[in-house]
Amino acid sequence: MSKKSFRQAVNEALAQEMRRDPRVIVMGEDVAGGLGAPGEDDAWGGPMGVTKGLMPEFGRERVLDTPITESGFIGAAIGAAATGLRPVADLMFVDFMGVCFDQIFNQAAKFRYMFGGKAVTPVVIRTMYGGGFRAASQHSQCLYPLFTHIPGLKVVIPSSAYDAKGLLIQAIRDDDPVIFFEHKMLYDDIDEVPDEAYTIPFGEANVLREGGDLTLVALGRMVKLAREAAESLARQGISCTVIDPRTTSPMDTDTILESVADTGRLVIVDEAHPRCGMAADISAIVAQEAFGALKAPIRMVTPPHTPVPFSPALEDAYLPTPARIIEAARRVMA
Amino acid sequence: MQLNREQLLAAYRMMRTIRTFEDRVHTEFSAGGIPGFVHLYAGEEASAVGICMNLDDRDKIASTHRGHGHCIAKGCDVDGMMAEIFGRESGLCGGKGGSMHIADLGRGMMGANGIVGGGPPLICGAALTAKTLKTGGVAVAFIGDGASNQGTTMESYNLAKAWNLPAIFVVEDNGYAESTASNWSVSGSQLKRAEGFAIPAVQVDGLDFFAINEAARDAVERARGGGGPSLIHARLNRYHGHFEGDAQTYRAPDEIERLRRDHDPLLVFRQRVTQAGLLEGGQLDAIDADVADQIEHAVVAAKGAAMPPLANLLTDVYVTY
Repeated sequence: MSKKSFRQAVNEALAQEMRRDPRVIVMGEDVAGGLGAPGEDDAWGGPMGVTKGLMPEFGRERVLDTPITESGFIGAAIGAAATGLRPVADLMFVDFMGVCFDQIFNQAAKFRYMFGGKAVTPVVIRTMYGGGFRAASQHSQCLYPLFTHIPGLKVVIPSSAYDAKGLLIQAIRDDDPVIFFEHKMLYDDIDEVPDEAYTIPFGEANVLREGGDLTLVALGRMVKLAREAAESLARQGISCTVIDPRTTSPMDTDTILESVADTGRLVIVDEAHPRCGMAADISAIVAQEAFGALKAPIRMVTPPHTPVPFSPALEDAYLPTPARIIEAARRVMA
Repeated sequence: MQLNREQLLAAYRMMRTIRTFEDRVHTEFSAGGIPGFVHLYAGEEASAVGICMNLDDRDKIASTHRGHGHCIAKGCDVDGMMAEIFGRESGLCGGKGGSMHIADLGRGMMGANGIVGGGPPLICGAALTAKTLKTGGVAVAFIGDGASNQGTTMESYNLAKAWNLPAIFVVEDNGYAESTASNWSVSGSQLKRAEGFAIPAVQVDGLDFFAINEAARDAVERARGGGGPSLIHARLNRYHGHFEGDAQTYRAPDEIERLRRDHDPLLVFRQRVTQAGLLEGGQLDAIDADVADQIEHAVVAAKGAAMPPLANLLTDVYVTY
C-alpha cells in the first residue's frame, strides 16, 4: 500500500493487466506520442501523461498511437475485441464521442444481442470528462448519461485513485464493452492504493459515510464535494449517508433505496446536465420504488441546462459546489 | 486462374445458392411471411463468391445491409440464415438480428450491418487482431458505393495504411446508393481515392467471377505477406430494389430485364466454363436442381420453426450484469 495519484493508479492498472495478459493492448491518439516525429519517443503518454511509460515497456505493437480518427480507431478497437484482443482505447475527451458514437452504440453495444448471444466484445474505452479545467463547451462535458441509456454498455465513473485502479482492472477483465470515465480534475488526487492488482465489482455502491437524516448520492468528482458538504452538515447537526454508485450501468439501486427507506430524504449531486441525467434517473427510480418512505421532495444538485462556459467566473457558477449541496440539504430538512 | 473442376463446381454452387436464396426470399417477402427490412444481393453473386473463395477459417469479413450473399459465401448455414430472416428461434442469431444483422463469428462472418459504413473500422480491428496475434489471417470489408462516401470508410483506408494492416476493402458498386446514382454521388473515382492513400487498387468487372477471384487472390496474397491493405472496385448490378418493396422507379424501364438477360454473372460463368470445356451444362443443371431442393427445405423448415420464447427478450444483452 502506498500513496498514489489517480493518474498513477490508472497507469498501474494498465501496466499490470498488460503484463498479465498479452491480449491487452492500448490504442489512441498520442497514448505514447512522438510517432514519426524527430524528437522524443513516448513524448506525451496522452495529453495528461496517464499512459506514459507503457510504450517503452510494451512496445509500439501493444501501445498503438493512432491518427486523429476516432471513428476509425474506436471501431478498430471494437473489431479487435470481437476477434480476440482485449483493447483499451483512449477516447481523449468524451466530447469527441460525437464523431464515433455509431461504433460504440450501434456496433459494440449491440453485437451480443443482435447475434443471439454469440458475440463477446471485451473492449474498454477510457475517456476524460468534466468541468473545472476552463476547457469550455467541447472539452468539459459529463456525457455518461448518454452511454448509460444504451443497453449493452457498462459505464464506470471512479471517484478516487483507489476506485480507479480496482474498477479499471475489473473493466479490462470484463467481457462486455465498458466506458470508463476519468475526471480531468481528479488526476492529481492522492489516495492509498495497493501495489498489487485488485478488482472492484461493478454494480456495488460505495457507502462513504452513514447518517440517519439524509441520503446524498453523488458521482465522480461530485463525491468529493458531497463528502465536504456532509462534514459541514454534520457540524450543523444534520447527519448524512453519502453513497457513490461507482457504476451507472449496472447501478446499485438497492443500496440507494435502502438508505432512503432509513432517512426519508434524498439529494442527488450530478455534474451532468439536469435533463435525462443520472440525477433525474435516480430520482425517478426512488419516486417509483420508495415514494412511501419520502418525507420531502427529492432535490437534484446539477449544473443548469446550458453548455459548459469558458470564463472562470461563469464556469464556477455553472458547477455544483458544497454550498449548493448544503443549501439543497437544508431545503429537504426544512 | 488455375481453378480445378471441384473449385469451379463449388463456385457455381455457391453463386446459385445465393441467387436461389435471394429470389426465394423476394417471393416469400411479397407473400407477407417475412417481417421488417430485407435487402437482396441477387445480381452481385460473383463478388461475394470470387472474394470468399480465397479466404479460410482464419479470415474475417464484415458485410453490409445487403449481406445474405456474403454470409453464404463465408460458409454460414443456409437453414440458419433462412430461419433468422423469418425471425425464428432456430435462426443463426436466435431471431434477434434478422436479415440486417446475420452473423456467425465462428465462421469469421462479423455481421451484416444496418449502418452504412459500419464495417470498415471493425475490419481494421479484425486485421489488427490477426497482425498482433500473428494468425496469418486477413480481414475483408465489403462496402457499397454508398458506404464509400462515409467518413468511416476513408478513416479506415488511412488507418489500415498507417498500421499496415492485412485488410481488404471491396467496393461493390451497384450503381445506386438507395435510389441515388453513384455516378452522381461519388466524386472522383474509387481507384483514385485508394491511390490517394497509397493503397493498391484495381477495378474489375463485378459480373466476371474469374476477374474478381483473381483480384482477390492478389489482394489476399499481399495482405498475408505483410504488404498491407488493398482495394477492389467491382462494378456490378443488383436486380431487386434497395429494400424489398422498392418499386425502383428511378431505374430505366427495361434496365433490370436487360441486365438479367445480357449481364448476369451466373450466365456469364456458365458460358465461360462450358465454352472452354471445363464443365458441362448438365453438371450445372444438376447443381441448380439440388440447390432448389436445399432452399425449399430451408424455407419449409423456417416456416415450421418455433418463434423465440418471450423470455429471450431479456437475455444476451451482457455476458454478465
